[in-house]
Parts: sequence; structure tokens; C-alpha cells
Amino acid sequence: MAAETSRETLEQLARRDYQYGFVTEIEADAAPPGLSEDTVRLISRKKQEPEWLLAWRLKALHRFLELLEHETEPTWAKVQYPKLDYQKIIYYSAPIQNKKLDSLDEVDPELLRTYEKLGISLSEQKRLTGVAVDAVFDSVSVATTFRAELEKHGIIFCSFSEAVQRCPEIVQQYLGSVVPYADNFFATLNSAVFSDGSFAYIPKGVRCPMELSTYFRMNAKGTGQFERTLLVAEEGAYVSYLEGCTAPMRDENQLHAAVVELVALDRAEIKYSTVQNWYPGDENGKGGVYNFVTKRGACRGYRSKISWTQVETGSAITWKYPSCILQGDESVGEFYSVAMTRGCQQADTGTKMIHLGKNTRSTIVSKGISSGRGQQSYRGLVRIGPRASGARNHSQCDSLLLGDQCGAHTFPYLEVQNASSTVEHEATTSKIGEDQLFYLRQRGISEEDAVSMIVNGFCKQVLRELPMEFAVEAQNLLGLSLEGSVG
Amino acid sequence: MSDAMLEIRGLCAAAGDQEILRGLDLEVRAGEVHALMGPNGSGKSTLAGALAGRPSVTLTGGQILYQGRSLAELAPEERAREGIFLAFQYPVEIPGVTNSYFLKAALNAQRRHRGEEELDAFDFLALVKQKIAALKMDEKFLSRAVNEGFSGGEKKRNEVLQMALLEPRLAILDETDSGLDIDALRTVADGVNALRSPERAMLVITHYQRLLDYIVPDRVHVLARGRIVRSGGRELALELEERGYAWVEEQLAGEPA
Repeated sequence: MAAETSRETLEQLARRDYQYGFVTEIEADAAPPGLSEDTVRLISRKKQEPEWLLAWRLKALHRFLELLEHETEPTWAKVQYPKLDYQKIIYYSAPIQNKKLDSLDEVDPELLRTYEKLGISLSEQKRLTGVAVDAVFDSVSVATTFRAELEKHGIIFCSFSEAVQRCPEIVQQYLGSVVPYADNFFATLNSAVFSDGSFAYIPKGVRCPMELSTYFRMNAKGTGQFERTLLVAEEGAYVSYLEGCTAPMRDENQLHAAVVELVALDRAEIKYSTVQNWYPGDENGKGGVYNFVTKRGACRGYRSKISWTQVETGSAITWKYPSCILQGDESVGEFYSVAMTRGCQQADTGTKMIHLGKNTRSTIVSKGISSGRGQQSYRGLVRIGPRASGARNHSQCDSLLLGDQCGAHTFPYLEVQNASSTVEHEATTSKIGEDQLFYLRQRGISEEDAVSMIVNGFCKQVLRELPMEFAVEAQNLLGLSLEGSVG
Repeated sequence: MSDAMLEIRGLCAAAGDQEILRGLDLEVRAGEVHALMGPNGSGKSTLAGALAGRPSVTLTGGQILYQGRSLAELAPEERAREGIFLAFQYPVEIPGVTNSYFLKAALNAQRRHRGEEELDAFDFLALVKQKIAALKMDEKFLSRAVNEGFSGGEKKRNEVLQMALLEPRLAILDETDSGLDIDALRTVADGVNALRSPERAMLVITHYQRLLDYIVPDRVHVLARGRIVRSGGRELALELEERGYAWVEEQLAGEPA
């Protein structure tokens, strides 16, 4: 009987309702569904892009159409979904705003309310202390806060579209330099039709005084979201960047194929954190977002550092491998991940650490939690190139199973071409223990709190990497209480 | 109607699918310390599990009354909040959860149940530091993950710390002495003795007489084959020590199993 109740509690936790599933009624300017040169030209025209960018998009489009024709959509991930019809997706949708906005007061109040409801205040009076927000609604950025403050430091933080107008030379120099347009199926699609995203440039020697953050909201029906984010940290610069994502509950699947490129030069450091909570679909697997994302950072400079932290709780399917290319000598790559799959969610996620420079170091900590009928795979590549003498990697992949209908899988790939390197891989799989639950309950802690406490403890190594503002949100997402500051 | 805090009548219980307790009777009053001794496999830990509500222990007959109320329908956390505490024979590790966070959550869950105000971080810390000092424990205990990497002695001391903090009405100590060296045994026993009070009852489960040199019981019971076969004063423990459990077994030999 007691074993039954604990299963019920686990299932209740796993079925917790999606709180962000509402739809905003707002008039949208949308392209007709389908993928063609016309679609790409339309997007480029809407954004008044320079010729070189349109040309780049078109190259990507032709490449994608070729891939589509040869049916080379990747199938190696351990996820299952019906074939997508790329001609039925709407590639551009923007809330109608009458003119270019000079201040937040001019943003459609309905949009502001949407973000308030999501817990993201765009009003600078009610701001989260020390966080500048770029809000992206469907295909466009609707507001960026704290720009003036950032500009004092020479930091550019704006929507990608705006960056194309403001500093085209920087965009042209770095766009596609980390994730080339022909990199992979979904990155190629993104390169052709990307709509908006965030851009940040931190000049030499500047330590960004606040967290930069983008909040992505997918709203319109039948629309794909293809944002593109580019962060460049010049020599000695530092930036911490956060992104959050939600989408309405819809019965049909929505495609999200984003690309994120990071560039860190000598001694620069980029900390990139994600709390991903796209709609996961209902408990029978109907609806939900397909999150097919390419994220990669290049540590180009000596002693540069890129650190990815992700908490992945949403999406019907996640296909995502935030990676680091460690080119600069003594550069450092980190990947901290918590992924939770519930209901019928599937996640195939991990990282790639490509060691090219000497004495490069990387750390991978991956925590997977599966419940319900969730299926989860860690897939990680560690490659040590021939020149990467003294390179070190440590990987730790732990899976926690709640219940007996879920699955956890680990696919580590190691390619070592330099004998002086050190590569370590540890993996564990555990079930949430009846003994652990009983121990906590015997002290008066309710079963639900006991489960939260155990899960929280399991993820702690990753959660503590998140900036404070996000740690709270992430823990709430995981159905966890905030671990006390005592001790 | 008896005024016993704990009244067990004809208790039958199974651990997994194995029948272990076969008609056990026991009565413990407030203020008393009872020792429960017996050979391995006699049902000592099953009784502890039955009292605390361990999911793998099923009651198959008889009843347990705690403060006049049947325990059968209460979940483990409800029993805990009503004042039943089990010091585990094998305390469980909870990786990543700090001891102080766990202790505070447990204490506040119980305070909430009693309608008392929850302690904030500062008040909690002051209280727990006082308890820790009394047990001669290191404050570093608080910031370590629950029982993770603790030595056998540290785990047992951590159990006594929890007991000191939660101040239960009925404390069950399941072989708290096992695996302790003599110094640790003394510290643990001091901790337990400090908690003796007219309002509190204790059931000390042990395999060895040794612990009872330090925690002197009011009554001693011998458990064999799932029943209490002898009860007496402190001298019974000494007699057992001298003659061994084989003596009990011999006495039972004539009876049907």
C-alpha cells in the first residue's frame, strides 16, 4: 500500500500542470506557410537587411532544400516523432506594432501583460535587480531594458535585427563563424529563416555590470520559432547571460530551431544559462514543442572560458548539445545540465567538448531525471585533438529514475588523439530509494517534500551554477523548494 | 483503559512476504526506558519498522495503540509528527541535501503540525548549535550532506542529534550501539540519557548488554521467534550476557515454532 502511495505522489509531481500555457490575443503580421526563396526574401525585407545577409540566408536555404530532398533530417538521436512537413510551417510572425519604439511605454500593453504574467517585468521600475531583459515574442524582439545603462560601458545589447542595422560589421564578422550555415540540418534551416534573437557585444576589458537576459515566448499558432543569438566577448571581457522560454499549450507540435553562437577572445569569459520550459505536451504526448537547437561557443583566446548551464524541463522533444570549441591554449569549457522528462517527453541532450589548444580543460556535469514515461539520453563527445597536449576532461553523468516506466540512457563518445591528455568519465543511474523516502518521512517530512528534497539534492551541483535570479525559477520549475542558505 | 504510552497487543507483522512477528505484546509507559534484546532474526528491527510505519513491513494481526490511538492508519510522517522517532540502524545517505537544511525541514514540519511557529534560519541555527555542542559534535556536520561519507559513529551520532532536536515522546533506538567504539558509545549514551524525562518513553533495541551499562533500562524484554519470551528487570540483561541467546532458544525448544 505504501509503495502505491509513493508512486502516486511521484506521478502527481510528474503531472504538475503547465502554468504558462495561455495564448495572447494579438494581431500578428505573418508570412504565409511554406519555405521558399520568397519566404526568405520576405523576412529579409521586413528586417531591411543588407545584401550580404540575404545572400547568406539564400545559400542556407538552397542547402536546406537540398538536404530536404535527400531526406537527411538527422535520425541518430534517441527520440521518435512523426515526420515534419516543412512546407506547412509559418516562418515569420510578428505582433503588429505601429512604429519603431523609443520607449517601453509604447509597447502594446497586451504584450507587457503577457510578460508580467510570465513573471518577467519589462518595466524598469519593477525590474529584477541587476538584470537587463530582451523580450522576444514569436519572431521579433519587443523590448530591451537597461540599454542606456549598458551603453555607458560600451556594451551593445539589443535584438539581433537591430544589431544588423547598428553594427553590421561585427555581425558579419562573427555570424556563422562558430555554427556555419551548413553545420547541420536544423542549423541550416535556422540560417535561412532566422527571425530574431539577442545580440550582445562586450568590449575589451569590460565586465558587464548586470546579467543580460532574453525571454523567449512562442505565441502564434503553427509558427516555428527560429531565433539566432550571438554573443561576443572581447579580450578580458566578462558577461553572464540568461535565457528563459515558454509557449502556449497547443494540440499541434511547434518547431523551435534556434542557433546560439558564442565567441570568447583572450581571457574573456561567457557564462550562458538557460531555463527551458517550452510547452511539453499533455500527458499522452499530444502537442508540445520540438526543441531542436544548436548551441556552440568558441574559446578562441588564450585562457578564455565558456560555461553552459541549462535546466531543461519543457518541450516534447529536446535535441540539444551546447558545446565548446577550446581553441585557445589553457581555455576552459564547462557544461552543467539538469534535464527532467515527465509524461511522454523525450530528451536527447549533452555536449561536445572539442579540445584543440594546449592545456585546455573541460568539465561536464549532467543530471537527468526521468519520470512517467519520459525517455532521456545523455549524449556527449569529448575530442582531444593532436595538438592538445595536457588537455583534461572530467565528465559525470548521473540519472535518477522516478517510477518504473521511464528510461535513462548514456552515450559517451571519446576521441583522444593526444597521449598526454586525461579523460575521465563517471556515470551512475539510481532509482529514488524507498529507504531515502522513508528516512525523510520518519522525521515528519511529507512524501512530496521528501521527493523534492531528494531531487533537489541530486541536482544541486548544477543548480548552484545558476545566477541567483534563475536559481529560484529553476527550482520552482523542478517542483523543488529552495535549499536554505544555512550551512 | 491503561495509561500506557505504547500498547502492543498480539502484533503479527511480515517483512516483505515473510511472517516475522507472531503475537507480540508490549506495554511502555511515559518516563520508562525499555530494552528489547534478542538474537538476530528474532524480529527486533521488524518491530521498529512496524512502529515507525516502514513501507516494507505489513501488519497482519493484532494492534498497536500509541497514546490510545491505533497507528495502523497513520502514514510515517504523521506518526513522526505525533512524536514517534526511530533512530535508524542503518541511517540513509541523501546526497546533495545539507544536514542543516534537512534538520530544519524536519523540525519545522513537526512544529507546523503542533501549531507552533516555524523557526527561521537564525533561531534554528542557534538551537541546533546548542544541541551539537551538547553532543560534542563538530559544527561542520551541519554543512555536510545528510550522512554522506559519514563514518559509522558519525551516522549514529547524527541520529541522536536529530532525536535531541525533535524531542520525541516515544524514541525507538534500533541497534544504535552497533559499530560504535567505546568512546562513541559513551557519547551516544550520554545524549540519550540527557533526553530521559517523565514525559518521554524509550525503546532501546540492542543485541548486546554493553549498551545497557550506559543506558540503564527500567525493563528488559527478550524477543525470540517473533514474540516476547521473557521480561524482567535489568538483571535479565546480565543473565542473557552470561548464558547467551542459546539459553533462550533451549527454553523455547519444547514449544512449536
